[in-house]
Amino acid sequence: MIKTSLIAAGFAFALLGAGNAADKPELNVYTYDSFTSEWGPGPQVKTAFEAICDCTLKFTTAGDGAALLARVQLEGSNGKADVVLGLDTNLTARATATGLFAPLSRAPVKLDLPVVWDDPVFLPYDWGYFAFVYDNTKLTEVPTSFESLAAAPAALKIVIEDPRSSTPGLGLLMWVKAAYGDRAPEIWAGLQPHILTVTKGWSEAYGMFLNGEADMVLSYTTSPAYHRIAESDASKSAAVFDEGHYMQVEVAGKLKAAPQPELADRFLAFMLSPEFQSLIPATNWMYPAVMPEAGLPEGFDAPLDPAKALLFSASDAAAKRDSALDEWLTALSK
Amino acid sequence: MLRVAGFTAAGLLALLTLGTLVVVALHAGGTARLIVSDWAAIRFTLTQAVVSAVLSVGIAIPMARALSRRQFVGRGLLITLLGAPFILPVIVAVLGLLAVFGRTGILNQFLGFWGAAPISIYGFSGVVLAHVFFNLPLATRLILQGWGRVPAERFRLAAQLGMGSSAIFRHLEWPMLRTVVPGILVTVFLLCLTSFAVALTLGGGPKATTVELAIYQALRFDFDLPKAALLAMAQFGLCAIAAFVAWSVARPEVRDIALDRPVDRWDSAALSARLGDFLVLSLGAAFLILPLAMISLNGLPHLLDLPQSVFSAAIRSVIVALSAAGLTVFLGLPLAFTIIRSRRVGGLIEASAYLALAASPMVMGTGLFLLLFAWINPAEIALPLTALVNATLSLPFCLRAILPAIRTVEGRYGRLAQSMGVTGFGYFRLILWPNIRPAVGFSAGLTAALSMGDLGVVALFADPDQATLPLVLYRLMSAYKIGAASGAGLLLLGLSLGLFWIFDRGGRLNAAT
Repeated sequence: MIKTSLIAAGFAFALLGAGNAADKPELNVYTYDSFTSEWGPGPQVKTAFEAICDCTLKFTTAGDGAALLARVQLEGSNGKADVVLGLDTNLTARATATGLFAPLSRAPVKLDLPVVWDDPVFLPYDWGYFAFVYDNTKLTEVPTSFESLAAAPAALKIVIEDPRSSTPGLGLLMWVKAAYGDRAPEIWAGLQPHILTVTKGWSEAYGMFLNGEADMVLSYTTSPAYHRIAESDASKSAAVFDEGHYMQVEVAGKLKAAPQPELADRFLAFMLSPEFQSLIPATNWMYPAVMPEAGLPEGFDAPLDPAKALLFSASDAAAKRDSALDEWLTALSK
Repeated sequence: MLRVAGFTAAGLLALLTLGTLVVVALHAGGTARLIVSDWAAIRFTLTQAVVSAVLSVGIAIPMARALSRRQFVGRGLLITLLGAPFILPVIVAVLGLLAVFGRTGILNQFLGFWGAAPISIYGFSGVVLAHVFFNLPLATRLILQGWGRVPAERFRLAAQLGMGSSAIFRHLEWPMLRTVVPGILVTVFLLCLTSFAVALTLGGGPKATTVELAIYQALRFDFDLPKAALLAMAQFGLCAIAAFVAWSVARPEVRDIALDRPVDRWDSAALSARLGDFLVLSLGAAFLILPLAMISLNGLPHLLDLPQSVFSAAIRSVIVALSAAGLTVFLGLPLAFTIIRSRRVGGLIEASAYLALAASPMVMGTGLFLLLFAWINPAEIALPLTALVNATLSLPFCLRAILPAIRTVEGRYGRLAQSMGVTGFGYFRLILWPNIRPAVGFSAGLTAALSMGDLGVVALFADPDQATLPLVLYRLMSAYKIGAASGAGLLLLGLSLGLFWIFDRGGRLNAAT
């Protein structure tokens, strides 16, 4: 009985949906949840794109990038998505391997990334550097590298995210691997006494840091800009490490089975337009993939010297991931 | 009619637990096996769950006893607050616990003031501490109901025979505990079994990897559905073992005749008993209330300037919670009758209700998604689905409260009613309902409160435009707005407690206990 009423409800909704769709085509964009929140870029992106596309832009959400890809995989070739926005370079190899994504139809515009971008399937829309954020009114001896962090007094505590459940957590894993290669286990062993705890996601870790529980938290170099701009609080800084900083590049791609392939292409082009890109810094708190003419909002530090950028190619990231995770688990389980 | 509803409820339980597991296992095909790190996760999960359950229930027994035999100002408030920790979203509870027991928490500030060495919460003890914080209150409430079912005449008789507290414990209270405690132990054990974020954060790192984290990793990190299903099966295996142990230890409830008079405890006037109860109650209350107080203190300054969207989300959440509470009663009562009336399958259904507690939220959500996706865009039925899933998943708690209550009534009045020809709806309205109303109120309140804070199973179905309060809370945190998030956390806590109080109080209205 319950099932029949569910199905009936389904038909009712399908009919309603069809009624709307008859007026305007609907573009389905799958993204992570915080992108669509009222504080994220989503609402303004929707308004701006609908003003030019003569369509309805509909967001469907999953928890984060990895959950988003899992969702797309669960739906498989019967999926309803046109565009998936919010994967990063740690996920693109797996995403491409599913065969669900369509190759890009044309070469991207000139991108302002510190690395060369040649992915045939995914287009970046923003990027950032992972970094340890600290309170500059409390921490005076700021570590300048993983090694100096390891050598710091035992009382200096950091909180990090678990690579198995969190995007920044996986970013840190790749950061240490990219900077130290085979020495990674030794670095993790040195960091271990400073790791207060490991959290499921970024929110828990950042909340603990703001409550004063830890001295540093794994976040982004752009995090202090939020506090300066939104809270007029200049007390947060990101520690600059000599080894360089691992990048997170957030990307979007079009599905092969997209019901609206042309609209999807138009959306991907719009994604790199100044209109979309200028929304990114103060809503997603990342660097835009194409720098708008006006530059970054006041309160943002200029990106680090590009020579400091660390990033594995998508295939390297996929190949190194499992062994890097084993090293991490071994070092921190002692 | 009653049977149909009862079997519908049982079917829903089976569909959500075993059905979703089968769907996930079969979706991709292929096989999986457990590796060394999975066994380590199973071992850790088992150990922490056993220790957490034994400690929670071990402390709950003296607390429930003290509550059952003392009358004091604020007793009702304390009993209501006992519902609070259990229903908090993980992130709010963790930050509240850390504000008390963390590195810079008030406990360490207090120790530092006296020059004592700071203590670290992180590690196995932290996991257990958090789980006791979550589950001690629930265990206390459920055991307290057991005390309430001991007939007042027995205490009266014990007093006439000149029994002291220890004799009363041996002859009256211990037999009662033998009937209720095993089931409560299993309930708490299973609640700790599926813990993930709390165990990881307070456990201090990957040493504290639970089976649920391994499942999360299999689904999200490796997209290995067979592996996730296998791990979820391991979780059910642990559940089955625990349920079997409880079943073999538990004694059936004593069904006796009583007149339903308020209980007087003449034995509790002794100074040592009063002192003991005072200590147990004040320590227990402090342990539970301090983190809640810190959550309130942190959230209060932000409560007034919360964005409008938080309040619309709150209204949505209240509607979901009320629907879930109503659904639970409509599913739970027939289910309880089916269990009691049908001799052959009753025990089986009762045992399988435990499965809902051991089910992995991740696997359940994924399976449900796969089941529904072919028919409908799951986001479009997000809210009704949330209510239905929460109502079904709350059934094990409701059964723990409602089943013993019905059994007691049937034992006390069943034969009398039959001999007087009071059956059917008349029996329900005149005899059953007035006596089980407190248990039903408690169940509905608990379900409402649980549904307010839930984000587990339905995270896959969230509709971005129809966000519930917990989802908005996480959005605030993702947008760096930690202050507003703590305000939303306090609102969530207040609304959950308010709903719980209304139902619970409504159930106990005009009742002396």
